[in-house]
Amino acid sequence: MNELQKRYPEDVAAILKKYPPEFRRSAIMPLLYLAQRQDGHVSGRSVTDIAELTGLSTTDVTSVVGFYTLFHAEAGGRYRIQVCTDLPCALRGADDFLALLQKELGISVGETTPDGMFTIEEVKCLAACHRAPMFQVQGDGDITYHEHQTVESAMQVLKGLRQQAQKSGKEAA
Amino acid sequence: MSQYLLLRHRELPDLDKLSGYRAQGGFETFKKAVNDMSPAEVLTTVKESGLRGRGGAGFPTGLKWGFIPNNLWPHYVVANADESEPGTFKDREILENNSFQFLEGLMLASFAIQANVAYIYLRGEYWQLAKQLDRQIAELEEAGLLGKDLFGSDYSLNLYTHLGAGAYICGEETALLESIEGKLGQPRLRPPFPAVAGLYGKPTVINNVETLANVPLIIANGAAWYRSFGTEKSPGTKVFSLSGNVVNPGNYELPLGTTFRELIYTHGGGIPHGRKIKAIMAAGASSTIIPASEEALDTPMDYEEPQARFNAPLGSASVIVMDETVNMAWLVSKTVNFFKHESCGKCTPCREGTFWMNRISHRLVSGNGSSADIDLLDHVAHQIQGKCLCALGEFSTMAVISGVEHFRPDFETLVGN
Repeated sequence: MNELQKRYPEDVAAILKKYPPEFRRSAIMPLLYLAQRQDGHVSGRSVTDIAELTGLSTTDVTSVVGFYTLFHAEAGGRYRIQVCTDLPCALRGADDFLALLQKELGISVGETTPDGMFTIEEVKCLAACHRAPMFQVQGDGDITYHEHQTVESAMQVLKGLRQQAQKSGKEAA
Repeated sequence: MSQYLLLRHRELPDLDKLSGYRAQGGFETFKKAVNDMSPAEVLTTVKESGLRGRGGAGFPTGLKWGFIPNNLWPHYVVANADESEPGTFKDREILENNSFQFLEGLMLASFAIQANVAYIYLRGEYWQLAKQLDRQIAELEEAGLLGKDLFGSDYSLNLYTHLGAGAYICGEETALLESIEGKLGQPRLRPPFPAVAGLYGKPTVINNVETLANVPLIIANGAAWYRSFGTEKSPGTKVFSLSGNVVNPGNYELPLGTTFRELIYTHGGGIPHGRKIKAIMAAGASSTIIPASEEALDTPMDYEEPQARFNAPLGSASVIVMDETVNMAWLVSKTVNFFKHESCGKCTPCREGTFWMNRISHRLVSGNGSSADIDLLDHVAHQIQGKCLCALGEFSTMAVISGVEHFRPDFETLVGN
């Protein structure tokens, strides 16, 4: 049984409809996003499901996961805090911002907070150069931008995310 | 005459709503094209306008459309919204606030080459924009502006969004096509060109968001009107993304041919903290570094002059400004780190070259380099040039070679004993 299709029948149908039926492979990337919606990473099971839906090998699907930075093969924090430190952001203090954020959260880039809430990642240009320092949050099947940041404002954003997680946790329970 | 052609939302109300856009005559041009114009007429007007691709290459748009053969079907149009060049955030503003004008341009391009399906490829980080466009496309279908047999004609058109997932290389048009096809975003060998064998092996036009946003105004007002903006060889206005050490970073829509000085000082408010300007990059991280001389500041920003004077293409017109405190070796370590991360790995000179340039430049910046490293860095950059399938490899060398050439003392001060 295809778990992904079982869980999101309408989404899977809508994705497959976008592309010519003989080119189902095009659906890989949208299906990977769908697979990440629940747990924030692509499980082995999802890879098998997507291979089946697109008529490809699991190796083909895995290679796509590995190529693109917004797909994650490994579990991380519920929210990935992705800080841009490219040149234009760095000229506006992004390197210092990232250093302070790591200190504040007590973790380094690539690490996850002990409660499993946040992973800090250093990423490439996000097209927000005029509003640096900035970061995006990837998690809960969504991506949001947070611009004109200081460490204080960033900690407020994270506080909000923590509350959001607790709230949805309670609803689920 | 209004100040804006592309950032019209800054002076017109509710342009981000279908009703607001239609109140300004929106989609009347598309309707008129489908009802009263032949596809060839639309194409000819764009050709005569002299519009050039705003993604970076500056290739004449009408000429690109004209390459589509009429004996191979179906045709596709793909809008390139993979805006990823460091320092570039112009398409984002158009998509956030004036997306209907972009969509109408995409629809006119589709009509001109008689494509019945068009895709909008957005970088994965434009997640919210993709959701917004999906809603807007549904609105257009509801309003009878997209779908089957439009306005009683036999022309049909459907639009779909497709999200990338964090890969700069997918802005390169053949890598973008590979990505839509569900493969790794790696450039294709050319020929054949996308105009003949593009998406799914079919004739395909790929245009940047800003390019397409020009099209409705060109068709509505004519080629001669459009040519009243900009220069003879670079007609029209351009959205310049200004960032770095300036007082007012942001997007500025100005006629092509406006000088760096006007952008940086008149509009951008100059350099903060009373510091002096040191260098300019005109095309994001892919730029040749231009030392900020008086001559450089007075150079018109079009597709000809910066290239002719400084070997510095205008590219996507992402102007990054550096003040006197910025060490250019540090800057180079930033740009090569970007390209090392974004190299798709297909061509060895780019994959290995960006890896080594990253290593060497970081060795220098961390104070562990030698003066031989400066020459080695320059040497590796020259080894990459001219040896890769796409422009990424070439781009990675621009700041390195111009940085060492113009700012060698910046590198030498970092060399330890």
